[in-house]
Amino acid sequence: MLYEQELKTFVEGTTNFFEVAAQQAATIGSPYLMEGSPAVHEYTGVINISGKREGVVYFTAPKAMLTVLLMKMQEHDFSHETMRDLVGEVANTISGNARRDFGRDFVISVPSVLSGEKPDVPKRPGVRSFIIPINWRSHSAKLVVSLT
Amino acid sequence: MIFGGRQQTNGKARRSLKLMIVDDSNIMRRRIERSQQFDELELVGTAGNGVEALELFQKTDPDVVTMDLTMPRMDGIECIGRLVALKPSIRILVISALADKATAVEAMEKGANGFLNKPFTDRQLNEAIAELMR
Repeated sequence: MLYEQELKTFVEGTTNFFEVAAQQAATIGSPYLMEGSPAVHEYTGVINISGKREGVVYFTAPKAMLTVLLMKMQEHDFSHETMRDLVGEVANTISGNARRDFGRDFVISVPSVLSGEKPDVPKRPGVRSFIIPINWRSHSAKLVVSLT
Repeated sequence: MIFGGRQQTNGKARRSLKLMIVDDSNIMRRRIERSQQFDELELVGTAGNGVEALELFQKTDPDVVTMDLTMPRMDGIECIGRLVALKPSIRILVISALADKATAVEAMEKGANGFLNKPFTDRQLNEAIAELMR
């Protein structure tokens, strides 16, 4: 059972990045539950969690959103590597927030980054994932929390 | 990556402190470089991990360092300890997404002089650097 406060920590870690780095807040869409993992966008930042909870949390975003986010950050390099770098930084912020709020009950990995049309996102058979749409400007990304 | 020499103003060398930026993210390295607004800071180079930072230190002898913590090859905590051992007067600002108090305390115990959480605004960065140089 995932507690509301735990979800809130992951969501705030994500929205905080947009609010501070791009100076423009993101909004949260209606969260929903689904069995397994949802389809991902072109770039995905993943953190693995063990300890009190087991599973993965990832932020997946389309290239178009990341491009605009980079522009808002005054960045001029929109290469594939920079997109990977950016999604990794978002995951890094989510990870940092979780470490602050959960302390040693959670063991949180260094973020890894996946990219491409069909990246190998960790599958969690039988585990229902929370999917939280992250809307920013005209774009939408997903925060996926898949923990037991 | 090593950057150019001392800046000149009206033919005279401007007194400067040498800055080294250490972060495994290209975006963050460029962001810090672009956002810091101190004329007296001269960027002498950037490094993507602790090993590169130590190599760069030997070549450029920086006075002020911004240091990420989570990096491959050698993390920021170990690198801070090594830099302080080499140059006790060095001023180190940790810039990290690791937002927990225990990490900040560990960095300070190793010899860091300030701690700034990612993400950060330009204002927060410049205030943190100003505090570091005070």
